[in-house]
Order: sequence, then structure tokens, then C-alpha cells
Amino acid sequence: MIAMLLAGGQGSRLGVLTQSVAKPAVGFGGKYRIIDFPLSNCINSGVDTVGVLTQYQPLRLNTHIGIGIPWDLDRNIGGVSILPPYEKSTNAEWYTGTANAIYQNLRFMEYYNPEYVLVLGGDHIYKMDYEEMLDFHKRNNADVTIATIPVPWEEASRFGVVITDDEMRIREFEEKPANPRSNLASMGIYIFTWKVLREALVTLSEQEGCDFGKHIIPYCHNRGDRIFAYEFNGYWRDVGTLGSYWAANMELIDIVPVFDLYDEYWKIYTKGEVIRPQYIAENAVINRAIIGEGTEVYGEVHNSVIGEGVTIGEGAVVRDSIIMKGTSIGKGTYVEKGIIAENVVIGDDCKLGVGEEVPNTWKPHIYSEGLVTIGEDTVVPNGVTIGKNTVILGGTSEDDYPGGVLESGASLIKAGDES
Amino acid sequence: MKAIGIILAGGNSSRMQELTSRRAIAAMPVAGSYRSVDFSLSNMTNSHIQKVAVLTQYSSRSLHEHLNSSKWWDFGRKQGGLYLFAPTITQENGFWYRGTADAMYQNLDFLRNSHEPYVVIASGDGVYKLDYNQVINRHIDTQADITVVVTKLPEGRDNSRFGTVAIDDEDRIIEFEEKPLQSENRLVSTGIYVVRRRLLIELLERCIADNNYDFVRGVLMRYKTSKRICAYLMEGYWSNIATVEDYFRTNMDFLKPDIRDYFFRQYPDIYSKVDDLPPAKYNPDAVVRNSLIASGCIVNGVVENSVLFKKVYVGNNVTIKNSIILNDVHICDNTYIENCIVESRDTIHSDRRIVGEGKILIVDEKADRYGL
Repeated sequence: MIAMLLAGGQGSRLGVLTQSVAKPAVGFGGKYRIIDFPLSNCINSGVDTVGVLTQYQPLRLNTHIGIGIPWDLDRNIGGVSILPPYEKSTNAEWYTGTANAIYQNLRFMEYYNPEYVLVLGGDHIYKMDYEEMLDFHKRNNADVTIATIPVPWEEASRFGVVITDDEMRIREFEEKPANPRSNLASMGIYIFTWKVLREALVTLSEQEGCDFGKHIIPYCHNRGDRIFAYEFNGYWRDVGTLGSYWAANMELIDIVPVFDLYDEYWKIYTKGEVIRPQYIAENAVINRAIIGEGTEVYGEVHNSVIGEGVTIGEGAVVRDSIIMKGTSIGKGTYVEKGIIAENVVIGDDCKLGVGEEVPNTWKPHIYSEGLVTIGEDTVVPNGVTIGKNTVILGGTSEDDYPGGVLESGASLIKAGDES
Repeated sequence: MKAIGIILAGGNSSRMQELTSRRAIAAMPVAGSYRSVDFSLSNMTNSHIQKVAVLTQYSSRSLHEHLNSSKWWDFGRKQGGLYLFAPTITQENGFWYRGTADAMYQNLDFLRNSHEPYVVIASGDGVYKLDYNQVINRHIDTQADITVVVTKLPEGRDNSRFGTVAIDDEDRIIEFEEKPLQSENRLVSTGIYVVRRRLLIELLERCIADNNYDFVRGVLMRYKTSKRICAYLMEGYWSNIATVEDYFRTNMDFLKPDIRDYFFRQYPDIYSKVDDLPPAKYNPDAVVRNSLIASGCIVNGVVENSVLFKKVYVGNNVTIKNSIILNDVHICDNTYIENCIVESRDTIHSDRRIVGEGKILIVDEKADRYGL
């Protein structure tokens, strides 16, 4: 079985976090990136041929994956291959949909000519043994197997759910049903028998924006293929919004986390860029946190996930926050419910995430839940106060903060495509 | 490429007490995330020396395991690479390495089959950063036959286990004294040498022909007048970890901001094998002050002025003060540890009180976690 990992999406609901990196390359859990989870699952499941389909802002993803050394995917045969869209003799097009992206790499799959193809997304946090799912697929003599997870009934109407018979064969699909008849939600993970997938992709090759959920699966279903639902009962989190991304990080710091990174038998691998130990200073206070390598803490950290090579200055207080690699928090600065991306510099004596909760005026659906979101390489000057539901991106100076304040709900974009 | 490298990592020292009963000194864990040999190896890489031999002998399993892939130090090259030479029985030779000179002599083919003009010889038990090219350039400028890297031992540090050197105005070494009994001389050899490859081959052949197996006695002391042996004074931090006191002090040195900055922040980096451990985790009752914590640790108790290596578990209501806890140690609840070095993979049971009174206590208990 070979895996095709769809990693080309922007993940626009993560706001400025995905301004210059694809969602699968966004940092997670102190030292990882989101794509480390499906990639580690692949190698831990014995899948050692993986095509990673990239499109949106692939630089970080490419440098992170390299030749696949951290995941043991540097192989003589197989291993990891990065598959960007490419120009053909007759036409040149971007990946217009999930299945279209796979279709454009038909030759990659034909080269390996596998019996089965695993199709994955690069944007979920979970540990799953794909080999078990493959056994299920074989046992049922299935054409397609869709991984599903039981969700609470009251939330089932937010998902695409499947209705199965007693043998777990899928009889019907419902997309975001008002009155769900099933609570088995699709996880966007598919195993196809290669011949079935190939035939479907070729038949639907003219389909505009060809998508697995919208086109390929309905096509197979209408054709009468044997489509089964594999029920997965482990930890699985969608980190597609800032709120869910924040919550999934926070789950890691529970005393006995529901998602255990310390599991010896299902390690999560990543490209470790920092080796040195972390230093906790004389006056530091740490209360419920996970902290990455090489970080130096001189202030206080409460309920937070801190990345590698971060500096938290003396007298600083970081609470309920995510701070990513290489960022520094100035002396005496207070941060509450912040999501602070990589290589950010926050000045001394700032206050982040204080004041009343006011909806964000620019993108209220993205920047919500009282979070302060700060994009990569942002600079925040000394002594400013920043409210809730705010977003900052780029090098800012005192002039950008009238009266030294960025009110709750405000946005300050000084870099990137929308500045 | 101007030079090849040799790292002498076969040594043992009774002054390390129980710590080297399990491993060669070069494999001793240092500064939370590293092994001693990482420093010399990283210096080689950072000096663009691409072909390096590590000579191992004593208790080398742990060292070989650490070096089982050369990619972490960027030695996975088509040109050159990392060579591990343990003693082997051949038609001509049935001996172990009988000394540092013999170790190199037994691998003379490595020297003969190389084409680089110079050899950098380093030891696996030094903690330092050094651009060997600076030494090679000085070696060329001074037209030396052998250059010995020396350092000034800080006042108050015992020099009796080192070789001291006396130099003249032109940095030529005029006197060598091994392990001086009473000497005010603070200038000591770091065990790092630069020599022309062809000359080294010649010197080793003569040395062994005279039944002399030690490089210092058989080469440096013997030829100090007939050959031009010069000193290169190394200014930065250098520490040799080959006694329990020095090992403890070297680790504790990393709690000082300037030393941490020198090794961790300033260019170039020190590399080590990557272990794929999760970030360190601090649970609600954790109190940590002035300590280094490596990845994979889980802390529930109090840690003060200590170095926790990788994957240490600190139970509830545990206190660790002024101690070094090596890799993969599990410390159960309500235990108190002070002035100790706790060996790798130990399990310390609950309600224990282990204190090194007046000196550092080495704790080496059974790893019964794995026996269950």
C-alpha cells in the first residue's frame, strides 16, 4: 500500500498562521508540525512509500520533509516524494480539487503499481494504525474503505456522516444533515483498491475541481462498489480553526493527556532543529506546561505550550497560550490566550489579551474566542496593550498603536498579501 | 580538504568510578542532551574535516550505539565519512590497543590511504569548541612538526592529572611533564594535536618499533628537542570530564549564562544524535529553579540547581537538589536526592533519601523497571 498525503491546502480559517505556510506545516505541541502526525502514522503502520501533494506556500513544508530522514522515509525504494503541480505538454493547471491532485499524479502511483492506495489529509492530530484499516478493507473485500469516527449526536449535523448496514457497508451518505440518522463522521481518510481508484479518477478526469467527498465517492457509490466504514475510536482532532487548534494544544498539558506524546510504541517523529536542553531560571514559575528544547524561561508559564528555542523574559507571565519556535517574550510582558507564531519578538512590559471581549471587526469568524493571534516574524514594540480577538502580522512600531493600545477586536496587518 | 581527523575514544579512567563501568568516557552524557564525543565530532564537522576516525576500545557498546549513524554530525558523505575502528585481530597483530600511539599505528592504513596533508588528533573526553583550521594555519605559519593545543587551567583547578608544558618566546614547547606532582604550571595539554600525515606515519612506526605505545611519552616527550613541537593556546572554554569532580563541575557549568550562551547560542552548533522525544512536561506541582531539563522529561516535583538528562521522570513530592540525573531515570514519589549523580536507566524507589555528604555520590541502582 502506498499513501498519498494531501498537503496543499491553505487552511484559511487559521488566519495569519497560514499566511506564509501551508496548514500541514503549522507548528503544534511544542516541537511538531501538523504533518508529523500523518507522516509518523504512515511509518508506524509500515507504509513506507508516501507522496506528499503540495501546492499552497510549500517552502516550509519542503524544508521540513526534506528527504524524509526524521520519519525513516529516506529509502532506496519508495520513501517520501514531494509532488507539486507541474506543467504538461498540452496543459498546465493547478490542483483544482483533492481527487484532481491525485489524478495529476497518476504516473507516480502507476510507477509503484500498488494493490491499495491510502489517501490522507495533512491536517489532523491523531494516531492511527492504517494497517488495521487495510486488514479491515481486505477482510471485507472492499473497493473503498472510509475511516469514520463516532461524534456526539448533537454535533453530527456539522459533519458528513455515513449510514451503514450491520456489516459496516455504507448504504447512504449525508452531508451536514439537519436530522442525522448516524453519528459516524467521515475522517477524510480513504483506502482504495488501486484499480478502482484508477478507473474512477480516469473516468472523472474532466470533472471540474474533482473532489473525493463530492465526486469520487458518490461515483463509486452509484456504481455499486463495495464501500465500507472503518470505525476509529481513538483520539482525533480537527485543528482547522484557531479555537480548535488552541484547544487541541491545551489538551496536551493535562496531567494524563488524552493524546499521549510520551507513548513509546507509537512515537511521533519530527525534524528536530534544536538539540540543546531547556533552561529554567532561578525565579521562573512553571505550572502545567510542555516546553520544547532549548527554551529559556526566566518568567512565569501557566497552562501553556511553548515551542523550541523560545525565550520568556524575567517577570513575564504567559497564561493559556501557545508560543511557537524561536519567539521571544519581553521582560514583564503579560500574555493571555495568545497564539504566537514562529520567530516573533514581543517587547518588554506589553499586555496581550486583556480587556473586554469584542468581536473582531475584520474577520469575526476567524479571530474569535478571545484569542490574540500573532503571525510569523511579527515584531511588537515595548509597552503596548493588545486586546482580545485581535490579530497582528508584520513589523509594527509604536505608531501603529495609538495611545499604546490595540483595542479588542482590532486587526493590524503590516505584512503578507493583505497588508 | 586539508586534514583528516582522529578521535581517541578508547579510554577508561578509574577516576570516573562507577560511571565508566558501563561506557567509555567519550560516551558520557554531557549537558543534558549531548555525549562527550559530540564536542570533538562537531568541531571536526564545523572545521570542514570530512573524514574522521573514532578509535574505540574500552566498553564501546554505548559509544558505537551513539555513533551508529553518521548523519547527525553530517558525516553521511560520499567523500570521507565517519569511521569507527575498534581493535581487530589480524595476521600481523593480535593485540588490543596498547596505548594511544598503538591505537593509531594499528590503523595506519587509514592514514596511508588518505591524501590530506594534515591530521587533527583529538580526544573524546573534552568539552570545548575549537576551529581546528586555526590550529592548522598556526601549525603552518610556525613551521612546526607537531602542534599541541594547550590551555591555561583556571586557578585552583587541580593540574596533577594533566600534562603540563613549558614554552619559550616562540611558543615552542621546551618542557613536558606528565601528571606533575607539584607544579605551579597552569599550562596544560588538551590532548589535541596537529601533525603532517606523513610525519605522523613515520613517528608512529618508529615509536612502535621501540616498543613505545603511548603518544605522549613515545612521540611528544621523546622528540621534544629534535622536532619542532609548538603550542597553540586555546582561549575559550575547555573542560576534560575524566574525573567525577570534573564531570560534575562541567555539567554544572552549563547552568552559567555565559557558558550556555557560548555553547548553545553562538555559532557554530554542537550536534548530537536525535532521539525523537516529546517536549518536557511540567505538571501542576512542579517547581524548577536554575536547572537544565532535556526533552522527554516529566516533572511533578521540585528540581533545583540540577541537570536532568533526557526522559527523566520526577514523581510527586520529589525533591532533587544540586544533582545530575542521567538519561531515562525514573524517580518515584516522596524521594529526596541531593549532591548525587544518578546513573542512566535507574529506578529510584519512593520514600528514599539519598544525599551525598560532603562529596558527590554516584547512585547506581538496578533498572528493575525493565525486569518486571
